[in-house]
Amino acid sequence: MKVRLADIAHARSGDKGDTANVGVIALRREWYDLIARELTERRVADHFHGVITGDVKRYELPNLAALNFLLHGALDGGGTLSLKTDAQGKVFSTALLRMTLDVPDAEARALALPAAS
Amino acid sequence: MKQVVRVAAGQGFWGDWLEAPRRQVEGGPVDYLMLDYLAEVTMSILQKQKERDPRMGYARDFLGAIESVLPAIVERGVKVIANAGGVNPVACAQALRELAAAKGAGGQVKIGVVTGDDLLPRLDELVARGHVMANMDTGEPLSTVRDRVLSANAYIGSTPIVEALSRGAQVVVTGRSTDTALTMAPLRHEFGWAPDDWDRLAAGIVAGHIIECGAQCSGGNCLIDWRDIPDLANVGYPIVNAKADGTFEITKHPGTGGRISVPSVTEQLVYEMGDPHSYITPDVVADFTTIRLESAGENRVRVYGIAGRPSTDKLKVSIAYRAGFKAVGTLVYSWPEALDKAQLADRVLRERLDRLGLRFDKIMTEFVGASATHGPLAGTPNGDLPEVQLRFGVRGDDRAAVERFTREIAPLVLNGPPSVTGFAGGRPKVEEIVAYWPALIDKTEVQTAVEVIA
Repeated sequence: MKVRLADIAHARSGDKGDTANVGVIALRREWYDLIARELTERRVADHFHGVITGDVKRYELPNLAALNFLLHGALDGGGTLSLKTDAQGKVFSTALLRMTLDVPDAEARALALPAAS
Repeated sequence: MKQVVRVAAGQGFWGDWLEAPRRQVEGGPVDYLMLDYLAEVTMSILQKQKERDPRMGYARDFLGAIESVLPAIVERGVKVIANAGGVNPVACAQALRELAAAKGAGGQVKIGVVTGDDLLPRLDELVARGHVMANMDTGEPLSTVRDRVLSANAYIGSTPIVEALSRGAQVVVTGRSTDTALTMAPLRHEFGWAPDDWDRLAAGIVAGHIIECGAQCSGGNCLIDWRDIPDLANVGYPIVNAKADGTFEITKHPGTGGRISVPSVTEQLVYEMGDPHSYITPDVVADFTTIRLESAGENRVRVYGIAGRPSTDKLKVSIAYRAGFKAVGTLVYSWPEALDKAQLADRVLRERLDRLGLRFDKIMTEFVGASATHGPLAGTPNGDLPEVQLRFGVRGDDRAAVERFTREIAPLVLNGPPSVTGFAGGRPKVEEIVAYWPALIDKTEVQTAVEVIA
């Protein structure tokens, strides 16, 4: 079943120099394991292909049902150097939430995941 | 000892809501008002102001904030801690003293001033003694930009603020204190936490991190259930109610808008997060993977379980340097085929800049309304967009080239693609870029000092 990340998680992003961070938080605690399994560094790097120039680093925060991603080379130099509208990386959060996940039907039913419309 | 110490956040950055400090002091009982004014590049702006006038170089908004709360803090003894001093905390304190006198509170407000974070006068000496101050992101030594440095300040921790409080200061003004130290200091002062009580110190840091961006933990910029967050016009800024054992609650004054919930606090916890296992501060290394949150009622979140480790022997240094010039111009194209028109204007403009022989380090085009925020992730627009803003920016070392670029936008209104508007702002402004250079220095090189004046 296709599931939109935006329907099972919320997020906030910010900046440190030329790196954007995106914290992704499961909307329900029982959805965290699925999100942690699907949102690998590789998957997120592929998602942001052509948007960032550096690599992706992931950290897990099971205590908050959250993952933290560092997206390097995301902000055209960052801070005051950047010419981007989003020089501070404020909306990389929603950019990541555009992702769609393929979840086995049985698992999706067991977790009561909302299907992508 | 107080059972509970209440620290209210009144400013999350220089430019935050002017109403917030007064609302925090008048909206209910609080012990401390915490005002955070400094972002990464703020110090360099203040340094430029100080060069023009040696009595400047601090966040002037702070005086307005103090004026708005002065009668209440004098009457009720609320203490104020602010890093509004910027690159001139002494001048900030003097201005504050004059303000208090002018408002009939002369001599009634003891002001603590924390100095010692400013490394600019010692920069060459430090470099000569082998402190490379390599850029933490790129590894380049500071010598590559030394002649363009505008300001250099060490991020300092809570210890000198605690000293100012213990010497009776009611208002403490600092330079480049860390944002979190402003909340940590009153907790250390009130509860007598030892400088090696790592878990409690880490709790103080986490409390500081949650409230340092003001309403960003209490419903502001909150994505989850954003339509249902009540009364943002009247948003309540956060308050930490801390106990001596290092547990605390995040709440806000009754009758205010916004929302404090486990998800709203979690969004703020992950904001600007690096490695959550090691949130490094001058006081302690906090482990964000140990934080536990639970709802403690409506608009109350309890925070507990936080662990910390000894701090490192380094301090981070915030260095600002001149890094060329930039300018950004915009035009708006309307339906039909708005995006096509904006794309043609972009090609025309690039060809003209090329023919003029103008060279830039970077030229960036964005199509606002189509792809400016999410780039290729936004996909192809659905249907014919009602309008698109062309946003065109250049950056380079040659000021004249950037200046020349700013004169190429307006002509497009008459000699480019049709149905264009939105140029009333006039020619784009050339801006000097002041960039940020993060580095490390040995802690032993930075000695802070505290003075208390009345």
